[in-house]
Amino acid sequence: MNVIEAKGLRKAFGSNIALDGIDLRVEEGRILGLIGPNGAGKSTALNAILGLIPYQGELRVLGRDPWAERDQLLRDVCFISDVAILPRWLRVSQAIDYVAGVHPRFDRGKAETFLAKTSILRTSKVRQLSKGMVTQLHLALVMAIDAKLLVLDEPTLGLDILYRKQFYDSLLNDYFDRTRTIVVTTHQVEDVEHVLTDLMFIHRGRIVLSSSMEEFESRYLELTVLPAQLPAARALKPMHERQVLGRSILLFSNIPREKLAALGDLRTPSIADVFVAVIGSSAPGSQGARL
Amino acid sequence: MNPPSSIVPELNERDTAPFKLLPTRPFYWSVRRELLEHRSIYVAPLAFAGVILLGFTFVLARLAHTMQTISSLDPAHQREALAQPYDVSAGLIMGAAFIVSIFYSIDALYGERRDRSILFWKSMPVSDLTTVLAKVSIPLLVLPILAFAITVTTQAIMLVLSSMVLLAHGLSVATLWTQLHLPLVLLMLLYHLVTAHMLWYAPFYAWLLLVSAWARRAPFLWAVLPPLAIGIFESIAFHSSNFVSLLDDRFSGGSDAISSMMGNFPFHPGMRLDPVAFLAAPGLWIGLIFAALFLAAAVRLRHYREPS
Repeated sequence: MNVIEAKGLRKAFGSNIALDGIDLRVEEGRILGLIGPNGAGKSTALNAILGLIPYQGELRVLGRDPWAERDQLLRDVCFISDVAILPRWLRVSQAIDYVAGVHPRFDRGKAETFLAKTSILRTSKVRQLSKGMVTQLHLALVMAIDAKLLVLDEPTLGLDILYRKQFYDSLLNDYFDRTRTIVVTTHQVEDVEHVLTDLMFIHRGRIVLSSSMEEFESRYLELTVLPAQLPAARALKPMHERQVLGRSILLFSNIPREKLAALGDLRTPSIADVFVAVIGSSAPGSQGARL
Repeated sequence: MNPPSSIVPELNERDTAPFKLLPTRPFYWSVRRELLEHRSIYVAPLAFAGVILLGFTFVLARLAHTMQTISSLDPAHQREALAQPYDVSAGLIMGAAFIVSIFYSIDALYGERRDRSILFWKSMPVSDLTTVLAKVSIPLLVLPILAFAITVTTQAIMLVLSSMVLLAHGLSVATLWTQLHLPLVLLMLLYHLVTAHMLWYAPFYAWLLLVSAWARRAPFLWAVLPPLAIGIFESIAFHSSNFVSLLDDRFSGGSDAISSMMGNFPFHPGMRLDPVAFLAAPGLWIGLIFAALFLAAAVRLRHYREPS
């Protein structure tokens, strides 16, 4: 079964089209990264998936219509969002009690185990915790829920690198088990690069690239060439070209490795490199700078 | 389609078995959440009760003297002299609960949007209907019950202290106990809380919750200004004040007939209450219909309001 299935998903806020008819299919056991510049429609897509906003088009999450069946759906779907703030007056112990009270799939023991690994005190109020600790607490609550789909919207925004690394490490080691599905959006692409199984670029409400990570890694190659080799390299039609320290770096899509190897140094580009190339080419201008 | 329950119980039957939730549990925990967030719900009436008990020590100091001076009065006047602190305590605690109800209701659905915690609450499998019902149950159920319980406790303490003072002076407690008619008066208080605070004021609290769900800022102004504007408009355009007297009826407990059906404060043992006539009053049912409409609108608003 597909965990998420969308056909022609559309959402407009007044005259501003946030989602321009996107098709989406996420299978069970995938970790999908939804990457896009600010205002590209990532959060709108996630909010639609979570049943927080009405939308046009077809959308099924775990076989349900999220807008009409939000509260049933949320037994199987969890989310952490940069803007889904834990109430500041809540005590850690009260947060655990509350989630245990309302959530049929919450395992208190698991949450306690996760929290024991942190320096969060049971008696602290959320307002007394640092931003990193609040995220740890939220993650502990969510990971203790036996959900089928976890949606993360900029979960590590504003956290330092140690917390960010820890966040994804615990997610992979203590939570992800191949029957669960995770959808994550983030600007810190390098953090999730080795976590994802699938990748989607979204720009101006449209999906401009959708691929599994295996496909992605075999499809894109980055070539660093010296000026002498440049015309030959350009003849192979790179999708993007940039200059770094007097050398040209060309990004190729679907060109056999042997052909390129003779022209310079080859490496697998990062998601960020391809993102800049794809978004930059689809809309020349200032886009793609913020990753 | 894969039913959600088919895989999970196999995976960890031991873990999920104790977590079977009754359908009422989300409601129960939503109410508890309100009590955790708004501690004034119980702190304010308790604080009033504390102040009352403190003030009552002055009454206690003069109690022996009072008992001797009123012994010559007729029973009705005796009661009047003795019951006053008890009436004041009931009135103050009820008043505190009423004020807390107003401030609570106006903030209930606005506060969670203002501090942006609404997305956390919405990430839990609790429906908007359950949430709104839990919130309206605070002014409609929790606060009246709490006010009653605190009043009973306060008056019981007052009675025990009074008795101890009288016994210490070698006086009889019989007049005090018989003239107060405490069980009967407390029953009337309960009746008044149910008829007036739960049923008659229901549309009023529901309106505050609706504004609380709707207003982007300054919910208090939005709760007050539209009715005020309608009243002013009516008086200018039609030189009448039907709307204002309608609201006045609602606030002051309706026309004299209805308010006496609900029991006028302060209560006295001879008061005649008429629950049948109260339940037959159209004003009650029209009010409850409005309350239901306001609440339905509040549920819809909470569902439709897009996360900012």
